[in-house]
Amino acid sequence: MRAVIAEDSLLLRIGVVKVLEAAGFEMCAQVADAEGLLAAVEEHRPDIAVVDVRMPPGFTDEGVRAALVIRRQYPRTAVLLLSQYVEERYAADLLATNTSGVGYLLKQRVADVEEFAEAVRRVAAGGTALDPQVVAQLLVRRHSDPLDRLTPREREVLELMAGGRSNSGIAAELVVSESAVAKHINSIFTKLDLPKADADHRRVLAVLRFLGVATA
Amino acid sequence: MQLTTWLQLVLGRPFRRAGHRTALVAAGLPLHLAVVPLWLWLLGTMAALVRAPGAVAVTPLPVLLTLVVTPLLTVGQRRRYRALVGKDLPRPAVPGPGRNWTSAVRRLTTRALWRQVCYHAVAGPLLAVLDLAVLAVWAAALVAASIYVWIWALPPQWRVTDLGYTTQAVYITAGGLALLFLGPRLTGALVRLEARAAEVLLGPSRTEKLARRVADLAESRAGVLDAADAERRRIERDLHDGVQQRLVSLAVNLGLARSTLGDLPEDARKVIDEAHREAKEAIAELNNLVRGLHPAVLEDRGLDAALSGVAARLPIPVRVAVDLPQRPSPTVEAVAYFVVSEALTNVVKHAQATQADVTVERIGETLLVVVADDGAGGADLAAAGGGTGLAGLAKRVASVDGTFSCRSPAGGPTVITVELPCAP
Repeated sequence: MRAVIAEDSLLLRIGVVKVLEAAGFEMCAQVADAEGLLAAVEEHRPDIAVVDVRMPPGFTDEGVRAALVIRRQYPRTAVLLLSQYVEERYAADLLATNTSGVGYLLKQRVADVEEFAEAVRRVAAGGTALDPQVVAQLLVRRHSDPLDRLTPREREVLELMAGGRSNSGIAAELVVSESAVAKHINSIFTKLDLPKADADHRRVLAVLRFLGVATA
Repeated sequence: MQLTTWLQLVLGRPFRRAGHRTALVAAGLPLHLAVVPLWLWLLGTMAALVRAPGAVAVTPLPVLLTLVVTPLLTVGQRRRYRALVGKDLPRPAVPGPGRNWTSAVRRLTTRALWRQVCYHAVAGPLLAVLDLAVLAVWAAALVAASIYVWIWALPPQWRVTDLGYTTQAVYITAGGLALLFLGPRLTGALVRLEARAAEVLLGPSRTEKLARRVADLAESRAGVLDAADAERRRIERDLHDGVQQRLVSLAVNLGLARSTLGDLPEDARKVIDEAHREAKEAIAELNNLVRGLHPAVLEDRGLDAALSGVAARLPIPVRVAVDLPQRPSPTVEAVAYFVVSEALTNVVKHAQATQADVTVERIGETLLVVVADDGAGGADLAAAGGGTGLAGLAKRVASVDGTFSCRSPAGGPTVITVELPCAP
C-alpha cells in the first residue's frame, strides 16, 4: 500500500514514517502543510494520507479541511487524521461527508505500533478508525434516552464498535469471548432499534447515524 | 549650619519665585474683572425694568454676552493656570465635536459651561479682590521698607507729610520689611487658592474625574485580560509544537523498539515496556493540563465544541447543553470555558458525584453558565484552591464583571451559576 504523510513536526513525521515502513507501507511523499499535501495526493494518488490536524499557516483545523477536499476529489485515497486532541466537531465534519476510508486518532496512538498499523490498514482498505475518545465525545453530544438504557458493558462495546473494530477485535480488547460480544451487539441493536447489519463499516454507519453525525 | 546657607534660607528662598508669581497674580486681575461690567449692566437693566417694564429687549444681552465671553476667558485662565502651576488644567468632557448649532446648544446645557460662568462671574471678582489686596501689600511693603530713600529723594513740595529722619521712619521701615517677608507667603497662599478655584470650576468635576478614571481602568483591565488570554494561547501553542510532539515522538520510538527488537533479554524488554507506558501516561497528563489553558478548538469552533471535549474526558457522565445564537467575545468565551472546565474538575475531585449537568445559554446580554452535580455538597467558597478552587473561579468571573454564585448545601446537590455580561 502507498501512503503520504503531512505533519509539520519533523520529529513526529520521522517516527510515523518509521512505523508505517515497518508495517510494510510504501511512503511516496512527506510534507509539512496542507498545500503540499494536496499537491502530493494529486501527484501520487496514494491509498492513504496520514494527516496532522494542526498545520501551518493557521495551526487550527487545516488538516481537517484538507481531508474533506481529499475525500471529495480523490475518493480512492483514504484519510487518517492525527491530532494531539481529538475534537468531536472535526470528527462530525469528517464523517458527515463519508464514513468509509476515514480515521481520526490521537497522536499518541502511533506509539502503540501494531494497533496503529492495523488502524491505518483498516482505513486504507475503506474502513473506519475512530479514537475511543472521539466516540466518547460523540456520545456526550447525544443525550438520547435509548443510550441511557444501555448497560455500561454494552456502552463499551458500542464505543469500540463505533471505533471500527471487528467482533474479534472487541472481544480481544474487553477480554471476553466472541459469542459474548455478538450477544452484546444484538442487545444494543435491539435497544437502539437498529436493523442488524453484517459488514463492519455498515455497523459503524448505523452507530454514527444514530449519534446524529452521519447524514448519509 | 553655615551662616550663608542660613541667610539663603531666610532671605533668598521666599523670594525665589515671588516676582514671577506676583506678576501672574496681577495678570489675573483683568481676566477676573472682565465680567463685572456685564454684571453691572445686567443690574442696571433690571433696575430699569423695575422702573419701566417696557425695556425687556435689552435684558438678555448681558447674559448672552457673558456666555460668548466665557470660553475666551476660560482659555485665558487656562494659560495663566499653566504658568502658575506648571501643568495643564485637565479639561472637562466636551459634548461632541463640531461647531454647528446643535452642539452649541448642547454645550449650553452642560454643567461644565455653567461652572465656568460661575467662575468668571462670582469666583473671579472675589479673587480679584484678594489679588488687589496682595498687590497692595506688596506695594505698601516696598514703599515702607524704602521710606528713607523716599525721604531723601522726594522734593519737599511732593510730600504728603514731612516726616524728616525721625524714629517713626524706623518703625515704618521695620513694618515694611515685615510685610516684605509676609508678601511671598500671602502670594503663595493666593496662588494655591487660585489654582484650587480653577481646578474646581474650570477643570472636570469630581464625578467626571471618577467617570474618566473608571473608563481608564476598565480599558486597562480589558487590556490586561486580553494579554493574559493571548499569553495562555501562546503557551498552549508552544507546548503543542514543542514538548508534546517530543513526548509523542519518544513514545513512538519506544513503541518501535518494543516491536522490532524481538531478541532482547527479558530485563531490557521490561525496562522498555515500562518506559513506553510512562511516556504514554506523561502525554495524557500533559494533554489534560495544556487543554485547560486554552484549547485551539475553542477559538476555532467555539464553546460548544470545546466543552464536549472536557465532558468526554471525565470519569462520570456529563450532559452538556450549549445554546448560543452567536458567539460571545473571545474573552468571555475563555472565561466561560475556564469556569466549566475547573468546576467539572472540582466535581470529580471532591463531590463524589455520579453525574453532572452543564448548560450554557444566552439571555439578552448575559451569558448564563450553570454547572450542577448530584454530589455530596458542602462546597466551600473560602477553601484554598490556589487560584483553581471556587475562590479562583469567582475571581476569574469578577475580572469580566460577571457574577458568581455557588449553592452547595450539605448532602448536595451543588449548583454553580455564573452570569457573564456580553455586549450585544
